[in-house]
Amino acid sequence: MTDLPLVLELTILVLAALLGFEVISKVPTMLHTPLMSGANFIHGIVIVGAILVLGTADDSFTKVVGFAALVLATANVVGGWFVTDRMLGMFKRRPEPKRDEADG
Amino acid sequence: MIAALSQTTVNLAYLVAAGCFILGIRFLSSPRTARLGNLLSAIGMAVAVAFTLALENVDRYAFVAAAIGIGAVIGAAGARTVRMTAMPQMVALLNGAGGGAAAGVALAEFNRLARLGDLPGDTLTAVLASTVLGGLTLTGSVVAFAKLQELVRGRPIVFPGQRLVNAVVIAAAVGLAIAAGATDETVLLGAAFAAAAVFGILLVLPIGGADMPVVIALLNAFSGLGGVGAGFVLDNNALIVGGALVGASGTLLTLLMAKAMNRSVANVVFGAFGQIEAAGDGRGVDGATVRATTPHDVAVQLSFARKVIIVPGYGMAVAQAQHDIGALADILEERGVEVKYAIHPVAGRMPGHMNVLLAEAQVPYTQLYELERINPEFPQTDLALVIGANDVTNPAARSDRSSPIYGMPILEVDKAASVVVLKRSMSPGFAGIDNELYVDPKTTMLFGDARESVLHLITAMKDN
Repeated sequence: MTDLPLVLELTILVLAALLGFEVISKVPTMLHTPLMSGANFIHGIVIVGAILVLGTADDSFTKVVGFAALVLATANVVGGWFVTDRMLGMFKRRPEPKRDEADG
Repeated sequence: MIAALSQTTVNLAYLVAAGCFILGIRFLSSPRTARLGNLLSAIGMAVAVAFTLALENVDRYAFVAAAIGIGAVIGAAGARTVRMTAMPQMVALLNGAGGGAAAGVALAEFNRLARLGDLPGDTLTAVLASTVLGGLTLTGSVVAFAKLQELVRGRPIVFPGQRLVNAVVIAAAVGLAIAAGATDETVLLGAAFAAAAVFGILLVLPIGGADMPVVIALLNAFSGLGGVGAGFVLDNNALIVGGALVGASGTLLTLLMAKAMNRSVANVVFGAFGQIEAAGDGRGVDGATVRATTPHDVAVQLSFARKVIIVPGYGMAVAQAQHDIGALADILEERGVEVKYAIHPVAGRMPGHMNVLLAEAQVPYTQLYELERINPEFPQTDLALVIGANDVTNPAARSDRSSPIYGMPILEVDKAASVVVLKRSMSPGFAGIDNELYVDPKTTMLFGDARESVLHLITAMKDN
């Protein structure tokens, strides 16, 4: 049995981790909370795994466990995205001088 | 209706998704592009999900739709209703959900392969990683949530023989997983998951509430690794890349947090802070008196100040005073006072906690300064307003070797011309030690709920 897929996957893992460290270290401290939340959202990619497991399920064990996994994964994805978005929406620069706002 | 795509096509879609995730994080390097980055990550996720649904052998759509529906409702409801101050625990909870999902995926796939008698030898490590890490992340995150939500005592919960029990449980989890791999018995893997779940509880329970930033980052890293494991089990590139990114992010943040507290990660996780406290209580400040002040007096001080630095801490979060602090700062700025905020890396309960709260209060992020940048400015500051921050301002960290917080970089508030501390009472901060700053002659204490105090200050300022 060839080891090629394993080696390929390890390659992908190492490259992704290195690239990840590079990119993440450029995130400034003030954005660390959205980073944690955003990374958390990305972890929701397990939803793909859960879909695969549940979508091809044949026996009840797989159906039950897969169902639970998919619910959890979806909550991770949806919740994670909304939380990150809410956080990021709050970061404002010093407001530009108001032009013709009513309460200027 | 739903297409029947080949694995190759879907793998290409995963490549696109991976690219979106990485770029998404890259855009997080600046507040201006950050939101776009989040959108990009979402697009990547959507692509991955859509193509997976269209994969040729996926067809239990009723189940899938139902599960997605339920999960989406739970996630959306939770995320949209949670208060900003509860963000840390929300992130913790979501992290746990992700870890649990990874473990579930590994369990189910293991079961399927085992029954087919087709379990490749090289997936053992992956299964072990995703099941054990996923399990402990799930429960550990729930405990972290409970601690932050104050459902459980914030103080470390310690019992005798704890380290031995922890070691035994985690060894059992790993051993059961290995046994499962050797015998192809799903039951054993299920037991491994259960043991890991127990370990997760035991691991996080003894850690104090103020150390939660490190713990949450660490759990993030673990769940990322769990995702990687699940990816190896399923031979799924999207999971491997996604999990790697999360693992990298969690690892980096954990190390940064630990460094900011000047403690090693092992010390935070296994130190059970209370034990260190017993070793040395630091110089006490019993006998020395603190000077209490009133909003009126502070307002007078503020009106003579040209430069004010505000030091927020967890107390501000608890009192939800960030909006009022922002309003106070606006008033000061209208009068020509220079206002800056000093943000200590471990102020609050999560990395960047103070930044998020102040952003919610519409404080421009350009006014927030990190420790290294703001410390040199304290000597030129007329008044330092400390609101709900304690240990991060304690000079004992600089000078007192017997103090539990010795060596932790602090905000040099004691170098300002005068200091006003907003605090509920004289009860000690998390470290349980007295803060020498409070008995410094230039310090006065404004007792009371932070929010009320600030509101009184605003009123007093307007009267002046």
